[in-house]
Amino acid sequence: MSHNPSIPHRLIGQDAPPAPSLVRATFTTLWNPINGFFEWFGELGLFSWQVLRASVRRPFEGQELLRQFDEIGSKSLPLVALAGAAIGFVLALESRSSLVHFGAQSMLPAALVYSIIHETGPIVTGLVVSGRVGAGIGAELGSMKVTEQIDAIEASGVNPYKFLAFTRILACILVLPLLTIAADFCGVLFGWIAEALAEPVSFHRFISQGFALSTFRDFLAPTFRTVVFGLIIGTIGCFQGMRTKGGTAGVGLSATSSVVLSSLFVILADVILVKIVLVFFS
Amino acid sequence: MMPAEQQVLLDVEESGAKPAIEASDEKNAGPAVVMRGLHKSFGKEIVLNGIELTVNSGETLAVLGRSGTGKSVLLKLIIGLQAPDSGSILVHDQEITRLDLEALNAARKKMGFLFQNAALYDSLSVEQNIAFPLKRHTKMTASERGDRVKQLLSSVGMESDLKKMPGDISGGMQKRVGLARALALDPGILLLDEPTAGLDPITSGEIDELILKLQEEHHMASIVVTHDLQSAKTIADRLALLHEGTVHIEGSFEDLEKSDNEFVSQFMKRDS
Repeated sequence: MSHNPSIPHRLIGQDAPPAPSLVRATFTTLWNPINGFFEWFGELGLFSWQVLRASVRRPFEGQELLRQFDEIGSKSLPLVALAGAAIGFVLALESRSSLVHFGAQSMLPAALVYSIIHETGPIVTGLVVSGRVGAGIGAELGSMKVTEQIDAIEASGVNPYKFLAFTRILACILVLPLLTIAADFCGVLFGWIAEALAEPVSFHRFISQGFALSTFRDFLAPTFRTVVFGLIIGTIGCFQGMRTKGGTAGVGLSATSSVVLSSLFVILADVILVKIVLVFFS
Repeated sequence: MMPAEQQVLLDVEESGAKPAIEASDEKNAGPAVVMRGLHKSFGKEIVLNGIELTVNSGETLAVLGRSGTGKSVLLKLIIGLQAPDSGSILVHDQEITRLDLEALNAARKKMGFLFQNAALYDSLSVEQNIAFPLKRHTKMTASERGDRVKQLLSSVGMESDLKKMPGDISGGMQKRVGLARALALDPGILLLDEPTAGLDPITSGEIDELILKLQEEHHMASIVVTHDLQSAKTIADRLALLHEGTVHIEGSFEDLEKSDNEFVSQFMKRDS
C-alpha cells in the first residue's frame, strides 16, 4: 500500500480514527449536554402548561390537597422548627461576640430579628423543605410511575397532572410561608434563649427591641419569596418524579435530582428575588 | 400479504358507520374493539407493524406472543395511554386515536384495565382503591359507594380485606383487588395485562376461574395479554398470536394447536 503524503504518518493505521469521526465525536460530546439542557427546560415548560390547564378544570381534588397539606406541611414542621431554632441560637451566639466587640450588644435583638425574617428564615426553610419534600415527592411519584400507578390513574379517566401534580404544587405554595413563619418564630425564640443565658433579658423586652425597626412591609417580600420557593420545590419534585424511567434505579435518581435541582433553583431564585426586592421596594 | 392461516381463521367484521349506541346496550352490540393498520415504533424499533384485530362484544380474545412483541403496548393504545404512529382504533364505533383529553377520559370510563402488577395505589387502602373511580365518575353517596365496594370485593372473594393496604396483601390478592377496581364502573370492555404473571399455578387457576365468573356476570368484551397458554385456553374464546409486529395467526386454541406453521407450533408446544 502506497503512503499518501497528504496524510500525517502517525494517523495511518488500523487504530487511528479518520479525521471526520473525530470532529463528529467532539461535536457530539459538546452538543449532547447542551441539547439535554434545552430539552429538560422544554419538557418542564410542557409539564407546567399541562398542570396549569388541569388546575382550572373540575373536580378540584380537595381531599388529596388536604392530605398533601398534612404530608408536606405538618410532617415538615418539626424539622423546619428545629432548623430555625438552631439557626437562631447559633446566630445569637455568633452575633453577640461580634457586637460586644464594637460595644453594640443592645442591637442584638434587632439584628437577629432582621436577619432571621429577611434572609435566614426563608432560605433555611426553602432548603430544608426542598430536601425533605423534594426527595419525598420525587421518590413517591417516581415509584408510582415505574409501578404503572400513574398509568392506572390515567386509565381510570382521572387527570394525573391535576390529581398528583397540581395538589402537591399548590400544597407546597401554601405551606411554605406558614413553615417559614414557624422557622422565624423558633429562630427568634431560641435567639432570645441564647441571649438570656449570657445576659438575663425578658422575652417581652427582647421582642420589643427586636421588632422596633421592623414594619409589616418587612414581612411581605420574604413571604412572597417563600411562595416562589414552594412553586419551585413542588414543580421540580413532581416533574422529576413523573418522568422517571428505568425501575428502582430510576426512582433513586429522581429523588436525588429533585433535591439537587430544587435546592439549586431555590438558591438561584433567592438571589434574583432579593435583588428585585432591593431594586423595586427598598 | 396475510399468512394463509390468518386468512382462513380471520373473522373480521368490517366496521361501517352505525348510529350511536347507548352505554347500556354496548355490551350486547357489534364489535367492541376494531383495530386497523396499527403501527407503533419506539425510536428505530418497530413494535407493531400493521395490526388488524376485531374483538366482538361479549367475546374474550387472548393476545399471545414472545416478550417484546408489543402485546402490552396494544392494550395501552386501546385505552389511550399511548398514541399509535398510524392506524385506527374503534371502541364501540368511536375513534379513540383522535379524541381530545376530555372525550378520551369519557371513553376510558367504559373500559376496565388490570395492569400486570395490579398497580394498586399504595397510599390508599383496598377499599379506597376501588372507590377511587366511583368517587370521581359517579354521583353515588358515601353509603352507596361503600355498598358497591363491598359488592365488588365480595365478587372477587376479598370482602374481609377492606381496610388492608396494598403492601399488606399477596400478589394474587392484589390482582383480585385490581380486577374489582377495573370492574367498578361496570365497563363494556375489560383489558387484562398478564393477569396470571408471577402467580403460582393454583392461584393462577383461581384467577382464571374468577375471570370466567366475572365474564358470565358482566358480559364484557375482554382482551387478555398473556404468556400462560393454559390460562388462554381456559378463559379465551379466540387467540391471536403476534409475531414481528403483526397478527401471525388468529383462531381458537385448537386451531393454533393444529397449525403446521413452524413458529406457531414452536410457541404452542413450549408449554404443552
